[in-house]
Amino acid sequence: MKHLISIEDLTTDDVVQVLDTAEALLPIALRERNSVPTLRGKVVCNLFLEDSTRTRISFDLAAKRLSAEVINFSAKGSSVSKGESFKDTALTLDAMGVDCVVVRSHSAGAPVQLSSYLDVPILNAGDGWHQHPTQGLLDVFTMRRHLGNLKGRKVVIVGDVLHSRVARSEVQALHLLGAEVTLVAPPTLLPPDVEGWGVTVATDLDAILPEVDVIYLLRVQRERMQGAFFPSSREYAHIWGMDARRLRLAKPDVLVLHPGPMNRGVEITADVADAHQGVITEQVTNGIAIRMACLYLMLAGETAIPEVVA
Amino acid sequence: MTRILLTGGRILDPTSGTDTLGDVLIVDGIIEAVHIDAHDADATLDSDVEVVDCTGRWITPGFVDLHTHLREPGFEDAEDVATGSMAGAAGGYTALCAMANTNPVCDSAAVAELVYRRGQEVGLADVFPVGSITKGMQGQELTEFGELNRSAAHVDFFSDDGKPVASSLVMRRALQYSKAFDAVICNHSEDPDLTVDAQMNEGAVASVLGLPGWPHEAEEVMIARDLILAAGVGARLHVPHVTTKGAVDLIRLAKDRGLRVTAEVTPHHLSLTDDLVSSYDPVLKVNPPVRTNEDVQALREALVDGTLDAVATDHAPHPPELKDQEWEHAPCGMLGLETAFAVVNTDLIATGQLDPLAAIARFTAGPAAVRDVRGHGGAIVVGAAANLTVLDPDHTWTVDAPRLHSRARNSPFHGRTLTGKPIHTLLRGVFTLRDGRVVSDQEVRA
Repeated sequence: MKHLISIEDLTTDDVVQVLDTAEALLPIALRERNSVPTLRGKVVCNLFLEDSTRTRISFDLAAKRLSAEVINFSAKGSSVSKGESFKDTALTLDAMGVDCVVVRSHSAGAPVQLSSYLDVPILNAGDGWHQHPTQGLLDVFTMRRHLGNLKGRKVVIVGDVLHSRVARSEVQALHLLGAEVTLVAPPTLLPPDVEGWGVTVATDLDAILPEVDVIYLLRVQRERMQGAFFPSSREYAHIWGMDARRLRLAKPDVLVLHPGPMNRGVEITADVADAHQGVITEQVTNGIAIRMACLYLMLAGETAIPEVVA
Repeated sequence: MTRILLTGGRILDPTSGTDTLGDVLIVDGIIEAVHIDAHDADATLDSDVEVVDCTGRWITPGFVDLHTHLREPGFEDAEDVATGSMAGAAGGYTALCAMANTNPVCDSAAVAELVYRRGQEVGLADVFPVGSITKGMQGQELTEFGELNRSAAHVDFFSDDGKPVASSLVMRRALQYSKAFDAVICNHSEDPDLTVDAQMNEGAVASVLGLPGWPHEAEEVMIARDLILAAGVGARLHVPHVTTKGAVDLIRLAKDRGLRVTAEVTPHHLSLTDDLVSSYDPVLKVNPPVRTNEDVQALREALVDGTLDAVATDHAPHPPELKDQEWEHAPCGMLGLETAFAVVNTDLIATGQLDPLAAIARFTAGPAAVRDVRGHGGAIVVGAAANLTVLDPDHTWTVDAPRLHSRARNSPFHGRTLTGKPIHTLLRGVFTLRDGRVVSDQEVRA
């Protein structure tokens, strides 16, 4: 795994390797063990061209637990607004001699472009509506920790798939692990030709719920109403939102996940959110372990994880 | 007296339907003789005749491009009339229609005459300015069609380029008013409400790449509206860069019903598909976007059956610093003049889908029938101005964008090996391209 730009580039073995590595590193992420010196001397650059405090902190912690040096390069807006080309920005990083670039961008494809300009590993921390691979990996990691093997497990993803980089990574990661995915969304919030993703598309959430092992709720932004994607958050909550009544249709041990931040009152009611807060918080911790695993696999080469692996 | 004999070439003249071997004798810029199926042995012996061996080559009328961005005035960092004319000469063109989206916009006789005269000064191609439909391309007040039409530039073709005339009322008035000058209205076919933030063709590829899509309906809705309006007032409509199967169907239907509509297609829309965008290389970003293979096949069929009258380049240079941005921030547009024939030759002629005479018609007589280009693209007959192109249909070459003549280098065909190349271009009997080398504007004037 030279880069991690899209889950599409990975094989099932790659995903399993990341998850197994994350499992081994989880005690460090949980601070049950001290940091390890594995990436000492390596410089990880967090290139955040879009605000995202949570993801940046998660990557920051992941790198530091592995003893890498972290530099943060944040810039609002595009390179254009500074009169510089994106390529110039990339070449500047190259000249600084970083070992890995973690990139977050509003622009779909920015990590792909970066990988054509630079030789160092590129780790995509979210690009436009395209991909958010570490989120997809941390989600399947969380599911695997609760359900074991995901082969044949049924997952329903509910919400704004069209504008969601998480959904794209999630569907691909679940496929690689053999899970069956159903998408439920207002038809306006489904990407064209989504059937080509190898998913089932449904509109009646209530009819799906009794069969599923995992309910994955996507954030629905209120401003989508202005784009006439749906009439009101009230109607959205009524037809596609997760509330206590609807949740009772599902298996008692169903797993409810959300990538955060939650939009309480739209895709999830406060009581459901609170009742499932535990797993949703676990996702955050697991995110650190997954990001450590990715950095480790991309940067450590053959170095073993001291003590943990042993 | 300058005498040039093009000898032993395959003369392809769409206007007369000629497709035969022969010689063309040019005297002082005028075609003096055309020897069909014959060789002018006497002339070749004459010491003051320059004999140009055209064996294995095609002799055609000079190419006419209906859709060129020469960027002058205002955006000379991307291109100007001189560099664009060089690219045109290299591509076999003798006539270029310069688009109106300059700064200032070509909405006055002053700008139109400036562009026209710059073309004459450079002398590598005749430049025919396109006037904007509305003042400042703002979609509201009509440009003074009459003033532009009666200027030295003789503008009879109006377009707001990439900005669609969104108001049906303004579009209807423009069509009505154009009739006073027998002018042509060319409206960018895009319903802007359907393309807010659009980045590439809407469809399976865009869905995976996470790029907001440009639905084909946006193009078709606008073409349908414009066809209905043009039919209603009996005006002439030209549809630029057609890209979808549905658009082709609409235009074919309109032509069957006798509407005065013409249409063009670009080489890139005849050749490239949206799956290439997975590289996120902004050189592939263009408006309208490259579409699907199904669309490409429909466009090729429409070019063959004449539903599409012309190949037009939409040659759109951009400086590298603007293209070296994230996909969403990069401007739309591709170079086209120097690769147009090679792309059509490689993908359609060499494959047998389009016969050479019909293909040449789409580069010459087809566009020449859309607007008045003062004889360019016309018949190869005695007494006509010697605006001619000599092509080598078998010459194989690899496109190297930095070596093209444009000031910019945003060619989507960079690195591609293509077959077919213009070898000589003659503007009124003067070489603008000789042996594959563009003649400098100083040499042309000498």
